[in-house]
Amino acid sequence: MSVPRQLEFFVDPSRCIGCQSCVQACSECDTHKGESMIHLEYVDRGQSVQTVPMVCMHCEQPTCAEVCPADAIKRTGDGVVQSARKPRCIACGNCVMACPFGVPELYIDRQIMMKCDMCYDRTSVGKKPMCATVCPSQALFFGTRAEIDALRPQSTPTNRFRFGSQTITTRVNVMVPRSKSPPLMLDVTAAMDERPENRNVRLNVVGNSPSTIEPMLDPFAEVEV
Amino acid sequence: MTTALLAVLIVAGSRNLAHFDAALVGYTFATLFATFGITYRYAMWLERPPTRMYWRRGWQFFLSPRELPRNLVTATKRAVVEFAGNRFIFRRGVLRGLTHWLIMWGCLVAAAITFPLVWGWIHFETVPGDIESYRTFVFGVAGGEFPVDSFMAFVIFHGLVWASFLVIAGVMLAFRRRMIDHGAAAVQQFGEDILPLILLLAISVTGLMLTVSYTWMKGYAYSFLAILHALTVIFTLLWLPFGKLFHVFQRPAQLGVSFYKEAAARGEQAHCRRCDAPYAGAVMVRDLVTVERELGFRYELEGRAEHYQQICPRCRRAMFGLAQASLWTGHTASSED
Repeated sequence: MSVPRQLEFFVDPSRCIGCQSCVQACSECDTHKGESMIHLEYVDRGQSVQTVPMVCMHCEQPTCAEVCPADAIKRTGDGVVQSARKPRCIACGNCVMACPFGVPELYIDRQIMMKCDMCYDRTSVGKKPMCATVCPSQALFFGTRAEIDALRPQSTPTNRFRFGSQTITTRVNVMVPRSKSPPLMLDVTAAMDERPENRNVRLNVVGNSPSTIEPMLDPFAEVEV
Repeated sequence: MTTALLAVLIVAGSRNLAHFDAALVGYTFATLFATFGITYRYAMWLERPPTRMYWRRGWQFFLSPRELPRNLVTATKRAVVEFAGNRFIFRRGVLRGLTHWLIMWGCLVAAAITFPLVWGWIHFETVPGDIESYRTFVFGVAGGEFPVDSFMAFVIFHGLVWASFLVIAGVMLAFRRRMIDHGAAAVQQFGEDILPLILLLAISVTGLMLTVSYTWMKGYAYSFLAILHALTVIFTLLWLPFGKLFHVFQRPAQLGVSFYKEAAARGEQAHCRRCDAPYAGAVMVRDLVTVERELGFRYELEGRAEHYQQICPRCRRAMFGLAQASLWTGHTASSED
């Protein structure tokens, strides 16, 4: 069994609404029963509602596998980087620290690393991963390139990422703006000093003309969402 | 070298082959080959930069003079609870723990009985003047005596039968899981996951058939069964360095890693250069940077961090989202290389 070559994973974090559906669905996957492997990351919770659904990007040359002292992480022929092989994993946590996308998770009590394996029990028989099945905003989409082209006329997928001097190519794609010269790769470390933009929420108080309104702090910034 | 050492020990332990059972010579050569294969693979494994680093660090922190007494106590405790008791596997599931525990102890008991007998390290002789008693010889040195018809003799001489019961029960549970667990079925491979179970089952069943043959069937087809059993054992021994069962020799590294991680946790902590939160032991981060460079990765940065390892996993995920979002808001986080 292997994941059909024409089926690809497309991630568009800017469409994520932070609903946690993917997190719940992920834990139902048979290859890591009861544990969710998705990181739904709040970029800066005090300032923004921006969230990032982080699945394994399934690198062509996985850093996690290369730095594994037990040689426990393997990439199958269809390009899916599997969770650590249970007999071998010595729970050192090297993979957790080395992954450029911050994906693997260590379970110390069970002495094992687990990570998103693209719901291999499903995708290897042509089904969608659990997260992509339930994502209401389609921030996580699993299908063919023709389908994504038709659905997202303003976007185009890329699977190359830059981390300092290192370029990583992955099996999973990220959607970037379609333009005459689309970016060939996403420079992740260039966002080191980026911060999410505040929402410009303004209360139109009766009697105040726009010119008299002072710039206000976001009234919802401290609200837990 | 290890193979030669084992060969010397076989000659010495069997008193110049005086107590060596020639009928078991096939097993002997298979164990010698397995020893060579396992040592060779282990040496190759230690050549990998991350393995070499963790191996060195594990011993370094374990043998640290100040910590050695405490480490010895901890290592003994963990060897009993985690390895002998398989606690970490029981935590993955009671049936999984039981499965592994049965197979592990079945194999260990069988190995502890078979190998010394094959190598001539242990043999039994009738006590002169008392044909009702056996005397045990270990490395040619006389040990304890016991009556032939005693319960102890029954237990000892059927040791491989008890071991096979454990292995067969464990293998059945393992097969059950591999047949009904969708997750396991999706990622299992014949050579890696099914073949070892078949081999262990074959050894156990053919071994039991030998006992059945000489106990209840007057030795019917005993020669054929002996050859069949030998073939299953020898194939498993020859395959030992290449397949899943190699983890038996690899797994103790878990102990060394635990000492390394504990020492790192007690020492200086690395703080994320982006959010300033502590996220790992500084020594582990430094070692990982060294390993990544040895492997040819170039995660070097300019600015507030010199290396991408100095950024915590949480910030890496946030930066991923920010980099993608910035493309839509007009900031530039793309590169045309």
